[in-house]
Amino acid sequence: MSPPLTGAKFTGGRHGIRKSRWLPIYVTVYLGFLYLPILLLPIFSFNNAASTTFPLAGFTTKWYAALWGNGAMLDAARNSLFVGLCVAILSTGHAICAARAITRYRFRGQRAATGLIMAPLFLPEIIVAVSLLMIVLQIGIELSLATVILGQTVFCLPYAMSVLISGFEGFDRSLEEASMDLGETALGTFRRVTLPVVAPAIVSSLLVSFTISLDEFILAFFLSGTEPTLPVYIWGQLRFAAKLPSVLALGSLMLVLSILLITIAEFLRRRSQRRIQGRLANG
Amino acid sequence: MAEMPMIEIKAVSRFYGIYKALDSVTLDIAAGEFFSLLGPSGCGKTTLLRSIAGFDTPTSGDIRIDGQSAIGVPPNRRPTNMVFQNYAIFPHLNVAENVAYGLKRLKLDAQDERRRVGDALDQVRLSTLGKRGAHELSGGQRQRVALARALVMRPKVLLLDEPLSALDKKLREEMQVELRSLQKAVGITFVLVTHDQYEALAMSDRIAVMFGGRIAQVATPKEIYQRPLTRAVADFLGGMNFMKARITGETATDLSVETQRFGAVTLTKPPGFTCGTSEATIGIRPERLRVLWDDDTAPHAIEGHVVDRHYFGEITHLIVNVPGLDAPLSVSETNNFGADDIPVGAPIRLAYDPDALVALAD
Ligand SMILES: Nc1ncnc2c1ncn2[C@@H]1O[C@H](COP(=O)(O)OP(=O)(O)OP(=O)(O)O)[C@@H](O)[C@H]1O
Ligand SMILES: [Mg+2]
Repeated sequence: MSPPLTGAKFTGGRHGIRKSRWLPIYVTVYLGFLYLPILLLPIFSFNNAASTTFPLAGFTTKWYAALWGNGAMLDAARNSLFVGLCVAILSTGHAICAARAITRYRFRGQRAATGLIMAPLFLPEIIVAVSLLMIVLQIGIELSLATVILGQTVFCLPYAMSVLISGFEGFDRSLEEASMDLGETALGTFRRVTLPVVAPAIVSSLLVSFTISLDEFILAFFLSGTEPTLPVYIWGQLRFAAKLPSVLALGSLMLVLSILLITIAEFLRRRSQRRIQGRLANG
Repeated sequence: MAEMPMIEIKAVSRFYGIYKALDSVTLDIAAGEFFSLLGPSGCGKTTLLRSIAGFDTPTSGDIRIDGQSAIGVPPNRRPTNMVFQNYAIFPHLNVAENVAYGLKRLKLDAQDERRRVGDALDQVRLSTLGKRGAHELSGGQRQRVALARALVMRPKVLLLDEPLSALDKKLREEMQVELRSLQKAVGITFVLVTHDQYEALAMSDRIAVMFGGRIAQVATPKEIYQRPLTRAVADFLGGMNFMKARITGETATDLSVETQRFGAVTLTKPPGFTCGTSEATIGIRPERLRVLWDDDTAPHAIEGHVVDRHYFGEITHLIVNVPGLDAPLSVSETNNFGADDIPVGAPIRLAYDPDALVALAD
């Protein structure tokens, strides 16, 4: 590196430091704004009072206990679980095919196809929800969990895709050739080499889709009929002030679950990437 | 070759669109032979190797492996195994599992399988690393795993695509010796792709030199180095001094030529030599020109001036201008007698053996 460039970099760095005196404050405020309200959720869910106001009135787990006795809530939870599982499997299944095609083959319209699959990521969700609702009504399908699953699958596909593409991109074609060369069939190769190598990416895609589906409200609200998912149920409960602490308890549980799932997904994604990159670095 | 060749390649062509990656390649490789495909980048070596392995299908022509046509036979049903350039070690399996990968389909009993894996690992001197993960290996170790994984299948032919190119020079030279003795030990036909002439010369029983999708010459290392048929082959393998010579006589096998400085000589005629003109290209290797010191004499010698000098450790390259020749001669001389101290501009005498001159087709 030539000296003038280093000098320029250095002054640039000092400039940056002087400027950044406000940066820590900004970051603190920003993070506080982002996370304090979420933090209130678990705090009030353990608060021994029906109203969500300070000062706190003592510790209790009765709101959590009450959840177990709440049949409607348990139904909603079951619905969410079912929808989440279906959405995770469907969107990951489709995304596997698409991601493999995109990372492995060159074909006409590749960019357009990729763009179209990824587009729901940038479309306002409410627009997607309204148009799906219109179509569903037009065709005359009854609103049910099935329609929610359909809608959320479309919505989750781009997320699953981006996880899987990053997982498949490092996948080396010659691994499959090596397997064929060693006598394995195409199907056996997929089972014994392709799947295990990309498995972390697939699991991570399943977890991401499931988590998104679990929290998703707009599509579920528009497309669910008489069977609400958890977010829709929560929305319904907000009208009754007395139920609020229970909702907070439920929300806290969902929060913990979501964070857990996303952390596992990210861990798996990184591990698979490290595995592939380690191989590249060594080879 | 009296017995049937292990691999017969008959007029194999491979087109990519209108581009000819292989142009009517015909080649026989004997059983138990260490055969190298040598050529510059893009000449079609990999394409040919992959056609033998079954990963690429020739546009036309036939490939027979052990007497059976391989056209239409998928890679998993060919008696060949391949060592990939990047080794393609399965990242989710450890060393022993990698080696056992192909055996799993043979459904051997557990003891048999363990023994074969153990033997294969012994062969490549990796027996202590069976439990290592794939990403915990050095380049040389990965290469050995790839080798063991292929050898354990007991193929009739082992195909190797530049297996040593990812290794550093010292390790590469070690592995050359090791590969060669391994091949001798297992007796399997090896087909090696390389663009490294020294590698090909050091390891092979026979070498095929390829240019632009065509085979230029097939011969033993010694023959191909000492008796290259064409100017391109001579140039690719180690470099050569080329000059024009006037043809004075021609028989079915021989060519008599008259040269400016090397006098009148009779040379073996390269096959495919077309005597269209009265001129032929002849050549002599740089190391076949020897520096004459002080009052050394030789039956055949020429005189000139040193115009440039390049030091290479054990040898020095001298560029010598000889009056009457179109181009200066390149001479490579060991440094035992002080060739690295000859000043530029000094007069110099060079001895040669007329037998070292070869006639070349263009
Ligand atoms: N899939 C393909 N499509 C089009 N052209 C190709 C394809 N594969 C190879 N080629 C061309 O065919 C020619 C031969 O390729 P090949 O890989 O056999 O060369 P090579 O001798 O192995 O070279 P290297 O030493 O660089 O590996 C090259 O010019 C290459 O550009
Ligand atoms: Mg190649």
